[in-house]
Amino acid sequence: MSEAASPLGKDLVGLEGLGGDRIRMILDTAEPFKEISERRIKKVPVLRGKTIVNLFFEASTRTRVSFEFAEKRLSADTVNISSTGSSVAKGETLVDTARNLEAMRIDMVVMRHGSSGAARFLAERIPSSVVNAGDGWHEHPTQGLLDLLTIRDHAGGIEGLKVCIVGDILHSRVARSNIYGLRALGAEVAVCGPRTLMPPVPEELGCVVFSRLEEAIEWADVLNVLRLQLERMEAGYVPSLREYNRIWGVSTKRLEAAPKDLLVLHPGPMNRGVEIDSDVADGEHSVILNQVTNGVAVRMAVLYLLAGGQPEKAEAAKQGGES
Amino acid sequence: MSAQSRIHVMSESDVRRAVARMAREIVERNGGTEGLVLMGIHRRGVQIAELIRAEIEAAEGVHVPSGTLDITLYRDDLEVVGPRPIVGGSELPAEGIDERCVVLVDDVAYTGRTTRAALNELGDWGRPRRILLCVLVDRGGRELPIQPDITGRRIPVQPGQVVEVLVPEHDDRLGVELVRKDGDET
Repeated sequence: MSEAASPLGKDLVGLEGLGGDRIRMILDTAEPFKEISERRIKKVPVLRGKTIVNLFFEASTRTRVSFEFAEKRLSADTVNISSTGSSVAKGETLVDTARNLEAMRIDMVVMRHGSSGAARFLAERIPSSVVNAGDGWHEHPTQGLLDLLTIRDHAGGIEGLKVCIVGDILHSRVARSNIYGLRALGAEVAVCGPRTLMPPVPEELGCVVFSRLEEAIEWADVLNVLRLQLERMEAGYVPSLREYNRIWGVSTKRLEAAPKDLLVLHPGPMNRGVEIDSDVADGEHSVILNQVTNGVAVRMAVLYLLAGGQPEKAEAAKQGGES
Repeated sequence: MSAQSRIHVMSESDVRRAVARMAREIVERNGGTEGLVLMGIHRRGVQIAELIRAEIEAAEGVHVPSGTLDITLYRDDLEVVGPRPIVGGSELPAEGIDERCVVLVDDVAYTGRTTRAALNELGDWGRPRRILLCVLVDRGGRELPIQPDITGRRIPVQPGQVVEVLVPEHDDRLGVELVRKDGDET
């Protein structure tokens, strides 16, 4: 594993700088993995004998379970560690936790952490592969990839598509991974949300900026609606949930005013009646549950592609051709 | 790619004659077409299986269910080679494979590792009554104790030579060639 040379490199820390070719490779690899989850025996032996640790320092249901399904369907052995009830709660540092895990011979770490940059920090310090399952405000690459896959499934392609991300752009790792991934594949990306929840210079993200949701809806082919973290309201970024919903909530009425049919994504968990109305979430525009299904396939693809290999031996092995 | 020399070993009509005989042998082995399922292994086993199917259907006047297997995720060389692209995906016939006579079809029998992987994958899909291995070319060089039941032609192959089965879907023609790839390691 240590000299692993996967087409993605050792780790998946973010989509920034990954490049269109590698992102397309992950999405194309995810395609056949979708079918495995539809089988009677939902398991292939490709990661048999690999040990993967899911290290979650922040609460997560969907992402953790999605990774765990992906790992188990590839036949990897998995261990889940959450910060509560582990030595992390006793004050152990991140690197010490990881080194102790490595001493028990593991192959990959899937980590969710509250600090931006935690995934890169860990990746640089341990020989195991690190998959970022969300680090602070930085990136959530597998969420970005599953959004890309879902958009590609439904829109037929991504190049030239107009995608607007709505909500708390400032604190959102989902927004960042989406922006990097979508732009790498040639989409036009816009952001839209309250000024208090925008980065100081949102144009630096390479996005169109809309200050009114109605304008964004008129422009876009796809809306990716972000969750409003309730603590943002407590911290005074938004005055009230009702006001947020009135100005920024994606409703059927607003979508009906759009010149074309939009695709609506949401990374979950949803605040129904805040950033998205129930009839939109459950309506014909919504692909929210498709995102969840695609999440498992995308994570299977990432884990498979990160699994080790020695490229110098690959050509020799291929030479036999038909075996 | 470095300089290549190609030796033509089976023409289109050679392949068609071999396929016709293999089709007859399959029906004979199975005692008819009852419960027969053809599974082509990606990539070129799929086209050979289609040729065999057309042959059986023409001769027997029945529909023969068929499917495809992509054994990439069942390979034993991930550690050595690294992840490979998954080209085809596996597709089972609607009838399934339980209690059927499944004929695994591949273009070339070589190390036996692809067949081993295919057997494991079939085991995850169901429990066939019987599995037969059918290949267009047996080039020898087995690394596992696996032998084809039905073979189109045995072709002894020198070190450094590769058997290429050409099919219209990928190569614009049907035939078999021996390719020497000078300078490549074997």
